[in-house]
Amino acid sequence: MSRQRPRRAVVTGLGVVTPHGIGTDVFWKTVKEGGSSLAPVGKEGCDHLPLRIAGEVRDFDADALIEGTFLVQTDRFTHFAMAATQLALDDAGFGRADIDSPYSVGVFTAAGSGGGEFGQRELQKLWGQGPRHVGPYQSIAWFYAASTGQISIRNGFKGPCGVVAGDEAGGLDALAHAAHAVRRGTDAVVVGATEAPLAPYSIVCQLGYPELSRNDDPQRAYRPFTTAACGFVPAEGGAMLVVEEERAARERGADPRATLAGHAATFTGASRWADSRSGLARAISTALTEADCRPEDVDIVFADALGVPEADEAEALALTDALGPHARRVPVTAPKTGMGRAYCAAPVLDVATAVLAMEHGTIPPTPNVFDICHHVDLVVGRARAAELRTALVLSRGLMGFNSALVLRQGSVPPPERRSASV
Amino acid sequence: MNRRVAVTGVGVVAPGGIGISQFWDLLSNGRTATRRISLFDPVGLRSQIAAECDFDPAAHGLDHETTERCDRYIQFALVAATEAVRDAGLDLQRTDPWRMGASLGSAVGGTTRLEHDYVLVSANGARWDVDHQRAEPSLHRAFTPSTLASAVAEEFGVHGPVQTVSTGCTSGLDAVGYAYHAIAEGRADVCLAGASDSPISPITMACFDAIKATSPNNDDAAHASRPFDARRDGFVMGEGAAVLVLEELGHARARGAEVYCEIAGYATFGNAYHMTGLTKEGLEMSQAIDGALGQARLNGTDIDYVNAHGSGTKQNDRHETAAVKRSLGDHAYAIPMSSIKSMVGHSLGAIGSIEVAACVLALSHQVVPPTANYETPDPECDLDYVPRVARERKLRHVLSVGSGFGGFQSAVVLRGPEGRRQ
Repeated sequence: MSRQRPRRAVVTGLGVVTPHGIGTDVFWKTVKEGGSSLAPVGKEGCDHLPLRIAGEVRDFDADALIEGTFLVQTDRFTHFAMAATQLALDDAGFGRADIDSPYSVGVFTAAGSGGGEFGQRELQKLWGQGPRHVGPYQSIAWFYAASTGQISIRNGFKGPCGVVAGDEAGGLDALAHAAHAVRRGTDAVVVGATEAPLAPYSIVCQLGYPELSRNDDPQRAYRPFTTAACGFVPAEGGAMLVVEEERAARERGADPRATLAGHAATFTGASRWADSRSGLARAISTALTEADCRPEDVDIVFADALGVPEADEAEALALTDALGPHARRVPVTAPKTGMGRAYCAAPVLDVATAVLAMEHGTIPPTPNVFDICHHVDLVVGRARAAELRTALVLSRGLMGFNSALVLRQGSVPPPERRSASV
Repeated sequence: MNRRVAVTGVGVVAPGGIGISQFWDLLSNGRTATRRISLFDPVGLRSQIAAECDFDPAAHGLDHETTERCDRYIQFALVAATEAVRDAGLDLQRTDPWRMGASLGSAVGGTTRLEHDYVLVSANGARWDVDHQRAEPSLHRAFTPSTLASAVAEEFGVHGPVQTVSTGCTSGLDAVGYAYHAIAEGRADVCLAGASDSPISPITMACFDAIKATSPNNDDAAHASRPFDARRDGFVMGEGAAVLVLEELGHARARGAEVYCEIAGYATFGNAYHMTGLTKEGLEMSQAIDGALGQARLNGTDIDYVNAHGSGTKQNDRHETAAVKRSLGDHAYAIPMSSIKSMVGHSLGAIGSIEVAACVLALSHQVVPPTANYETPDPECDLDYVPRVARERKLRHVLSVGSGFGGFQSAVVLRGPEGRRQ
């Protein structure tokens, strides 16, 4: 067999549905300015609950974005997924005419909260009125696979379809699954995560997380890497990306915006945050190796930034373990402090932000955070201009997962080794 | 892909018997484990039958703390994984934990527990603004689907890539498929791969009632699951778990492990047609079968036995028969194809792994398990379904297929010790 260039997975389109707004324009504008959309929980039936602050998606007009036949059989998290997918496809200029075979386009999502609002409504019918009042769509709206299935059907994508039911880190793992599928032969994968975990019963379920912030001040509720860190704020929304095989993208005239260059995942035990240091460090090193990057190549780190002192400390130390002296110099940011953590969707939004940051040469700041108490160069206050060619995105799940993903700007391989790999 | 993936251990928790010897005894004797539901009072439901596990956690070594902390479906997974690790003779002290992963599937995760606590906090479905003070402290673990993989990984000291897979009813096949890819592509050397579900709960039974997917044959529970039979009238709900130890072949040989067989190929596709409906032609399942055969570098004529999805719904069995004929051609008529769901019911996400476990044991015993309750031929289902009685047969390559909500179609090919390699 002739030596072929390896198949590379590149990002060609972004679609976001977030507390900052819908679509990348408004999203990036707010992120770049360090804006915060955290606010008191405004959902019906939640006033009495001890979760006070969250990142809610407002002004999401599902009826305007999605056909009624799809709306009626799906939960809000799938509404977000369908809307974000459409935005991403439009952003990529990827239409039906670009598909050689329906089997060449796959769908992969991560989901952690499922269709909680839909599920609570049907549980109420079952227990309040009886089994015959449960509707026909409960079986397909509540489960974690709903978004992948509906995106596949709504767009006619018959390629490899998959779902990881993760907590936060699952979002990066989904992107890795997409990259692996592309390397194995699939031309394009629509991939990402969206969550809608703010129905009353879903919130009640989350109250058991020791890491959840119960602070009632939107500016103080989520402040990682500070002495005032008091946990994380949950959020809804998310992002879907169009990931394509590089040559397939170019052949249809699309420019690769970033390469999914490396990924690794490890496990170090639920809520054992000190142990996440070794797991995260190992994930970073393995992901960099896969990306053929050195620690010094990393221009920006999107931190997990859990907001739990022990976890923040472990993350800062993991960066030092994995990046060596470069850890003191590399800028670190966590725009999620202005949006909250939308579980699996949180790191996918970070990846979308990283793509935009590299394109704009701008590091967005970490809202609401000042007085850093760890040895990291956390970008706070204003955005910082910088040439960004390599981004490292980190995520940890509450149940013990650590993932790292390396993104390269455009489709350019690392400069020093460019001649070797082309 | 040069790395070969061996199955070196199997563990099963299934209706009718816990552990692989009892499981195989049930299958090889064609006994059924379907009965009237005893886990809750099913009065008022259309389908009041299921295949339940008579499961005593203490008898299987689970202590009080574990049973308090872990839902029934996680308890199943822990017991199955313990058996699999023991069966593989895997010495965890001598296994690199960073090169060991876990891939666990579940369709509905902690919904049984979520429903239990919902009833408490909502005062029997009376209120939308649920009362958090009545929730149990570990409820968040049921809400978080990654708890499944986390609990298993934690139990066995796994530090490599860990994930919960949730693609509805193909979860069990996909969890094995993802683990196979992780080992074949070099991300892990050993992986605990399997799936678990305990969906016999009012909400899950009610939601399948609503779409008439489950059998209403309440008067003859023992014979209600009748895949491929002309009188079939829906699937019978089941529960259970299976976990395999998958291992890079060289790793297995180096430690002198007994190898059952290899996972030789896996593929999954979406039908982009309907969340619950299937086409008559079975094109997409056929595509998955072809994909798995391609990875295994085998032809359809190499397959000696098809372990069917065979749920016992009208449309599934017809669809699947068409798909197998499309991929295997006339050879489909020459080989046996059976559904163990006739005996152990359909445990949603778990069943795919339980069926792969059945294939491993079939290869090991050189015996094809039967389709129990099969009596009346259906002109649209005209293959050899191994009616009621197990059959000795030379087995070298075995195919297991699955189909699920979301339109997902998956296939796994196993290669026995006497199988062919190109």
